Amino acid sequence: MGVATSDIARGERVVGVHMDDGSAVEVVAREEVPLGHKIAVERCEPGGEVIEYGVRIGLAPEGFEAGDYVHTHNLKSARW
Amino acid sequence: MERIFGYRRENGRVGVRNHVVVLPVDDISNAACEAVAAHIKGTLALPHAYGRLQYGEDLELHFRTIIGTGANPNVAAAVVIGIEENWTSRVVEGIARTGKPVAGFSIEGHGDLETVRRASWKAREFVQWASERRREPVELSELVVSIKCGESDTTTGLASCPTVGRVVDGLVEEGATVIFGETSELTGGEHLIAERMATPELKEEFMRTYNAYVSAIEARGADLLGSQPTQGNIAGGLSTIEEKALGNIQKTGSKEIVGVLEPAEAPQNGPGLYFMDSSSAAAEHITLMAAGGAVLHLFPTGQGNVVGHPVEPVVKISANPRTVRAMAEHIDVDVSGLLSREMTLREAGDLLMEHLVRTANGRLTSAEVLGHREFVMTRLYPSA
Repeated sequence: MGVATSDIARGERVVGVHMDDGSAVEVVAREEVPLGHKIAVERCEPGGEVIEYGVRIGLAPEGFEAGDYVHTHNLKSARW
Repeated sequence: MERIFGYRRENGRVGVRNHVVVLPVDDISNAACEAVAAHIKGTLALPHAYGRLQYGEDLELHFRTIIGTGANPNVAAAVVIGIEENWTSRVVEGIARTGKPVAGFSIEGHGDLETVRRASWKAREFVQWASERRREPVELSELVVSIKCGESDTTTGLASCPTVGRVVDGLVEEGATVIFGETSELTGGEHLIAERMATPELKEEFMRTYNAYVSAIEARGADLLGSQPTQGNIAGGLSTIEEKALGNIQKTGSKEIVGVLEPAEAPQNGPGLYFMDSSSAAAEHITLMAAGGAVLHLFPTGQGNVVGHPVEPVVKISANPRTVRAMAEHIDVDVSGLLSREMTLREAGDLLMEHLVRTANGRLTSAEVLGHREFVMTRLYPSA
């Protein structure tokens, strides 16, 4: 999961950096993503687990594509 | 690192502030306490909303919170005012166990004016006495520090909480005591905390405490989205309680956890990292930690929580570039350079540690300067 460190525009090609090892990942934003909000860096199958900090942060009932904006509309708590 | 100068109290504990508090036992004694504080400069009234017709565990928590606040090493002396003599004496006796000056006054049979008159004389004596206490060299290991984040967003989880985590590891290595809590806000990462408990017994106690708190929330059957995570969390990009919790947990560092505390309970197992069963609401949480003896609080915020506490200084750390600009007066330590990769985590940790020492040495926090004195009791159930 990527987190926008500045506002991202639709169609923008953005480069993310993994905070643990500094390696880069590139993705094209399919939607606007505001500062601090999440952008998918890879595809997620419907019903798939969403991982951040190396741990499950919830489920994506409808799934999403790389470059999608990920928030409460497509990522749901598995707890409450 | 710069030397720390603190106030060594009668029981050997170290404070970083030198308050004379006027402490109401109950809600209807607030007016008298505030009147004393208005008369006697250098006193601090701590009005709150509760203390009548509570019973059982909820009443015990009330007493533990009031007594713990008066006993906090940041308090030089305390004037206690309550409606009834019996409960007032109980608070006075609890605070007196620290050896610090404390005096109690009950209103029934005297009225507010006479009570304020007598309490003001005592408050005057305490303030003049406290004004001659001097800071002396103390060790970092003698500090009890609490941590909790608020109005979190993704920047807290990725940057300001890891900064605090680094400092927490450093404090624990130096032999200091650190308390964290936010029971419900560990949801999704509670197994990570459980694994860090020092003994199997503590692990079991932690899971029992965690499960009890979360079952009580779930028993209400309410939709928690918008409350936990909060509207501010969601506006900041956090989508689920698990995501919020995993960010939150970053600030606890990596050390083993040596104790599981009840709300407002003081650490008893020596130095190290403790978990305290507590609400995740900022003012309630800090009030419980201060009552447990914490003298300095580290508070990462993303969207800009403005909380403070009357007795325990609250240091705000933010990595959100928008918040450090738009709410600059609230932020003590700006680590927004972490996300733009202009600052390393090590540099951020060093900056926060330097700030912690300066605050311990007397530098006023933003929350202190802005007059944030939230003193909020946790209730376990309704009054009788």
